[in-house]
Amino acid sequence: MVLGTYKEVVAARSTDKQIQKIAQDGGIVSGLFCYALDEGLIDGAVVAGPSDVMWKPEPMVAMTSDEILAAAGTKYTFSPNVWMLKKAVRQYGLEKVGTVAIPCQSMGIRKMQSYPFGVRFVADKIALMLGIFCMENFPYESLRTFISEKAGVDFDLVEKLDIGKGKFWIKTADQMLTIPLKETHGYEQNGCKVCLDYVCELADVSTGSVGTPDGWSTVFVRTDAGETVFKQAVEAGVIETKSMDDVKPGLGLLEKLATDKKTKAMKVIDERKAMGLPVPFKGSGEKEDPLANV
Amino acid sequence: MSILARIKSFLGMEAKPDKEASQEEVEKVAEEKAKPRIGYIHLSGCTGDGMSLTENYDILAPLLTDMVDIVYGQTLVDLWEMPEMDIALVEGSCCLQDEHSLHELKEVREKAGLVVAFGSCAATGCFTRYSRGGQQAQPSHESFVPIADLVKVDLAIPGCPPSPEIIAKTVVAAINGDMDYLQPMMDLAGYTEACGCDLQTKVVNQALCIGCGTCAMACQTRALSMTNGRPELNSDRCIKCGVCYVQCPRSWWPAERINQDLGL
Repeated sequence: MVLGTYKEVVAARSTDKQIQKIAQDGGIVSGLFCYALDEGLIDGAVVAGPSDVMWKPEPMVAMTSDEILAAAGTKYTFSPNVWMLKKAVRQYGLEKVGTVAIPCQSMGIRKMQSYPFGVRFVADKIALMLGIFCMENFPYESLRTFISEKAGVDFDLVEKLDIGKGKFWIKTADQMLTIPLKETHGYEQNGCKVCLDYVCELADVSTGSVGTPDGWSTVFVRTDAGETVFKQAVEAGVIETKSMDDVKPGLGLLEKLATDKKTKAMKVIDERKAMGLPVPFKGSGEKEDPLANV
Repeated sequence: MSILARIKSFLGMEAKPDKEASQEEVEKVAEEKAKPRIGYIHLSGCTGDGMSLTENYDILAPLLTDMVDIVYGQTLVDLWEMPEMDIALVEGSCCLQDEHSLHELKEVREKAGLVVAFGSCAATGCFTRYSRGGQQAQPSHESFVPIADLVKVDLAIPGCPPSPEIIAKTVVAAINGDMDYLQPMMDLAGYTEACGCDLQTKVVNQALCIGCGTCAMACQTRALSMTNGRPELNSDRCIKCGVCYVQCPRSWWPAERINQDLGL
């Protein structure tokens, strides 16, 4: 199960024209959060919001659709969203919190739910966790460096960043530039190299662009909580779906990328263990399925 | 069931349940299991851990009346002689200048099947690590150590205080002999030199940090913030409770339990 456990996988996109315009791909995260907020399924959502510095996100608690949309789109550097969860509960008084997480963040949240040592009455208030596929993350200065040095673009002029088709895409008002991904790998944060999870296997619903055509997203519905919200949103017409069998490139590409990530990470884990360095995951020799997400 | 049989079952020789603490679970356990005898020993702590336990309003009454027998504890039981116990929850660190505490701790180890370091003062020393004496009524009391420095500890539940939920989950798991759930807490019994700088030395310096912010969320004194995606410790605020490192997804990772909890 290289893609984790799931109830359903579909190609989907938000039907909202405004979301389609500003969102990264199918606008699934924005669309679902706006719907969940409107329907009272969540009281607010912790998202990677804008900051004073371009492309440097700050975690924020979005309480309205406008605030959700202000945070739409992918940023390729850290936003310690998990930090904000306690604030969302304590200071904003939210009872039903939505949050968007990349795989490592979902791990922090799920561990906190299963073992809430010092985290008092936050675990039970996470009502909806939307996960995003993630291959790696970049320190802010890494991003700045390869965009300004390799692509030769002033960082302040960048309007959209994207990863796809083996390239890092940089869009400005009047041009589209690319950097081959193999040239950005040296800039990723090292902690990503032992991560076995590409498709956010612990989220309620996880989504990403890979597997579906431009403007659409692949969506895995994983838990009961995720199923409830996603089904309602589809029935309400907020999200439209297609069968994964009917779209290109389909699940095969996802399976390949997820397998690649796990295989690479497993090798790093084994090497670290051989060097005596700590790593919280089992080595390939310690588990039945070397690609299992443990 | 004899004490020995109960302790054996705590050590993993019993069928393992797959549910966490819930109302139904509490009722089921109450019907099926013999009540373990629990003692509460209070050393140098602020009583916050005990107060956190009482915040389990929903399950507290059945927990205390149907699931366990409280057989020893200041203000809880009118008893001077320490009886034999299955589980002893020890709150607070041990003051080395206090003979009574030293004696009580040694006695607990002899009388209890499982000694649990309950809360960060008992588990890691926590803020009592900074004590320098000079206070009434015993100005000479200045050295406070986690109880594992003096006796063998079976389980540690860090937290200042531990959350009400982890207390309930731990008690139910202990009663059920759910050793899988308790394993991380058994592993933590040796983690006594806790400090916020563990994040730096054991996570960031080891190239494991991913900047998720879980540590900063878990910090109970706001000693941690995130700078450039990495934890930054304000050591003036750190109380050495250990929760940031314990909560970090890159310190230890309970994959199977999480999949089970999520139904994945």
